[in-house]
Amino acid sequence: MPMNRRTFLKTSALVGGGFTLGLYKVDVAGAQGPPEPELKPQAFIHIAPDGKVTIMARASESGQGMRNMLPMLIAEELDVDWKDVVVEQAELNERKYGIQFSGGSANTPMGWDPMRRVGAAGRMMLITAGAQTWGVPEAECTTQPGRVVHGGSGRSAGYGELGAKASALPAPALKSVKLKDPRDYRIIGHSQKGVDTPAIVTGKPLFGIDVTLPGMLYASIEKAPAYGGKVKSANLDEVKKLPGVRNALVIEGTVKPGPVIGWEPGMEGGVAIVADTWWQAQQARKQLKVDWDLGPAALQSSEGFAAKAAELLKSPPASTQRQYGDPDGALKGAAKVVEATYEYPFIAHVTMEPQGATAHWKDGKLEMWSSSTLPIDGRGLVARQLGIPQSDITTHMVRSGGSFGRRLQNDWLVEAAWIARQVDAPVKLLWSREDDVAHDPFRPGGTMGMKGAVDSQGKLTAWQQHFITFGDGKETTSSGGIGRDSYPAGFVPAYGLYRSMQPLTQRTGAQRAPGDNAYCWVSQGFLDEMAFAAGRDPLEFQLELLSNKQAPWKSSGEDEVGDHEPSGASALIPERFKGVLELVAEKSGWAKRAKTPGRGMGIAAWFCHLGYFAEVADVTVDADNKVTLNHVWAAGDVGSQIINPQAAESMGFGGVIEGMSHLGQEITWVGGKVQQSNFHNHPVMRMRQTPKMDVYWRKTDYAPTGLGEPTLPPVLPAITNAIFAATGKRIRTLPMQKSGFRWA
Amino acid sequence: MRGGATWFLAASRELHSDDPGLEIPRPGRDRRVARFVYAGVVPGSCFSGARVSRAIGSRSHFPSRPPRSSYPMRFSELKSGVHMPIKLTINNVATTVDVPPDTPLLWVLRDVLQYTGTKFGCGMGVCGACTVMINGRAVRSCITRVGSLTEDAITTIEGLSPDGQHPVQVAWEALDVPQCGYCQAGQIMSAAALLAHTPHPTDEEIDTAMSGNICRCGTYPRIRQAIHEAAEAGAAAGKQ
Repeated sequence: MPMNRRTFLKTSALVGGGFTLGLYKVDVAGAQGPPEPELKPQAFIHIAPDGKVTIMARASESGQGMRNMLPMLIAEELDVDWKDVVVEQAELNERKYGIQFSGGSANTPMGWDPMRRVGAAGRMMLITAGAQTWGVPEAECTTQPGRVVHGGSGRSAGYGELGAKASALPAPALKSVKLKDPRDYRIIGHSQKGVDTPAIVTGKPLFGIDVTLPGMLYASIEKAPAYGGKVKSANLDEVKKLPGVRNALVIEGTVKPGPVIGWEPGMEGGVAIVADTWWQAQQARKQLKVDWDLGPAALQSSEGFAAKAAELLKSPPASTQRQYGDPDGALKGAAKVVEATYEYPFIAHVTMEPQGATAHWKDGKLEMWSSSTLPIDGRGLVARQLGIPQSDITTHMVRSGGSFGRRLQNDWLVEAAWIARQVDAPVKLLWSREDDVAHDPFRPGGTMGMKGAVDSQGKLTAWQQHFITFGDGKETTSSGGIGRDSYPAGFVPAYGLYRSMQPLTQRTGAQRAPGDNAYCWVSQGFLDEMAFAAGRDPLEFQLELLSNKQAPWKSSGEDEVGDHEPSGASALIPERFKGVLELVAEKSGWAKRAKTPGRGMGIAAWFCHLGYFAEVADVTVDADNKVTLNHVWAAGDVGSQIINPQAAESMGFGGVIEGMSHLGQEITWVGGKVQQSNFHNHPVMRMRQTPKMDVYWRKTDYAPTGLGEPTLPPVLPAITNAIFAATGKRIRTLPMQKSGFRWA
Repeated sequence: MRGGATWFLAASRELHSDDPGLEIPRPGRDRRVARFVYAGVVPGSCFSGARVSRAIGSRSHFPSRPPRSSYPMRFSELKSGVHMPIKLTINNVATTVDVPPDTPLLWVLRDVLQYTGTKFGCGMGVCGACTVMINGRAVRSCITRVGSLTEDAITTIEGLSPDGQHPVQVAWEALDVPQCGYCQAGQIMSAAALLAHTPHPTDEEIDTAMSGNICRCGTYPRIRQAIHEAAEAGAAAGKQ
């Protein structure tokens, strides 16, 4: 089956853990049209006569530094000074720019080669232009930053003088161009400040929420309190008379409630209010009286989910996902067996900027200002919803106030476009924070029944897990899967992964390190339990396990999740996994750690999205079980090159702090209604809770990969393992308040 | 479709461009002025540098609005005889707005006066994205009624310094604090208010002053470092 964008996204990053490695190598644009065209330097590089270089940033920016990283790759090989570069955001045009997607930590592996080649091809064209001008062989010409130089004669010309001539030349094939020796890098590997930082610190309009157009109106939507519910009737006539209100529209909704909700399931039903200001729209919402048909989701509650999970856990698994060796036999013959149930909740993304978009319908065409991180999907969805061709839609890509996976789904964009179609003015839709929490595509919760065995030598001999997740029996809800190659599969001598599902009429989605952000906590927590049962140091126990790679496994067909080759062979390289563990142990002083009551250190590591991270947490737990995280050491291996070092370190800090938040968050339902609403009851970490952090890099001889996801997962088990070291108490249920602990 | 055309923000253009054709609307001057700039690249000459940029007129790229009479009254027209106009002093400029007095300051700033630097995060005063200074103190504008502010000096991120060179802004830029950047205006206003009253804060004082401002990306270590650097810069400036 040919891999295309849809299957790529659906079957890997968004369903569960990790990415299919082949994703980075395939023609991702092939799904909806002809193969991706050869990228042209002219699309990305504009040189003004005064030598100023404008480089187009093709990917969306939501804080991971993509507007720096990708243009830096071009600038390096083009051979210009970064201070002479202006970065401009490309609009959506994948035929011109190639893939314009920010997710799955994929921009580094997807962009590393082509973006450098675009820059190098641009440099070659400038050399050709110089050589032709002077009538000398190209081979005698070279460049200095911003200049073409002819060695023999000493003649030189600035890029600005040659730009017009160069742009008319045929672009060389990207495969043919020579790339720099990394030792000569002047931009890559040197911290370059965020191109938008000056605008951010002075409050310039920059984000989706800041888009302001002449005559623009503002919209807010009251959606059904239960997912997929519909409006039976509403007092629209009264609402339309309220101050500032221009229109009130019933959104019929296209969501079909069922036992599993798809990735982009359509519009939720509700009432859209359009007003002169957003505050007026919000005030009008308070006067809205809606008779809802809540539909089947209203029958769902977190209590019901927990009861059903407990029942499924006691029953034989519905399916065997993977089994090798003889786990049952190994458990029977074991010196020690550990059984434990791990539970983790649904959580919401809560990006700082709530969802929203601006759209303008005019003369049968649509213009959108979108902060989507998967904008081509957004355009397709809007086209289908409005019944117009994609060629009638222009998408401007606008910076967003955070994504963490949220803006891969384009529901808010479709809503903005739908409202704009009904209104004779540009419309800015904005969700309230309460809308944002209640209508998030949640990280799905799960329950894992674990069994592990060690022999009399203290070696791990068996690992069994019964994963209770959500789905219709065949397909899991988005991000509700784990890879059949997920560690420690492939390393334990006998292994079994079994799965059962219960229906879920709620939308779920990808949250930073989807699948891995939960499964890493289970897996590395339980491994710590096994090390303790074996009476061994958890680091030494894990290093031994990593030396024990079993026969490689190949998937029988299209495997849904996990970091693996298209063949199914795991991409995990044990030496890299061990390398980050050894580095973090050294930096944290693991071997000489103090063991005092109330204070402890925990260690954990993970591989996902092609990156390896190991983290050590040092915690203090007081008499009231309040937890203070004192210090986190993180060691990462994302290949041969850290492209933008200070930004990379920031991603490391951010992953740790987000992981801390995950330990304390929970979304619950009663009667289909989400019980949390804002930051007071779905908290994120604050300044006073921030630990000291150190991030270290282990550079290895592999192509660079991304940092968005892999920094996050190991901090959760590192912290809960540290709490065990401090108190002797295992946290097996999240949020940790349910296990009797809370953040200080 | 516009061949090769690119839309982008006036702000980023302003920072990087000395393009003479560019006019940047000033916040608060004209609430209906476009905040985006259209920059077209002449097709086929991407390397030539033949770029054209201009501020968009509402006529050229957006339709004229339908006659006002076809709509209910506009926000600003609505209040005659209902509310007294409210006098505000924002960034040292006296302004009058005609809104109900219980309107939160945040939405007057953002949607009426177009000071969009102040951000919406929670609407209940728990995240700090909307922080402004009122008489030098950090205040959450999303829960502050505009009618209560007629005697007060309101400072937003746009007015923190005339040139973006407040020591806090300088330190923020030097340390490249932002990730997504959305919370940073609020962080900067809280930090500036802290330093105004506590020129040399300890880590504990920073924690106390800044823990009302959430950063979802986790830039806290850089924020803390930037506040210390701004404090040192402020002290150095004081000695000169």
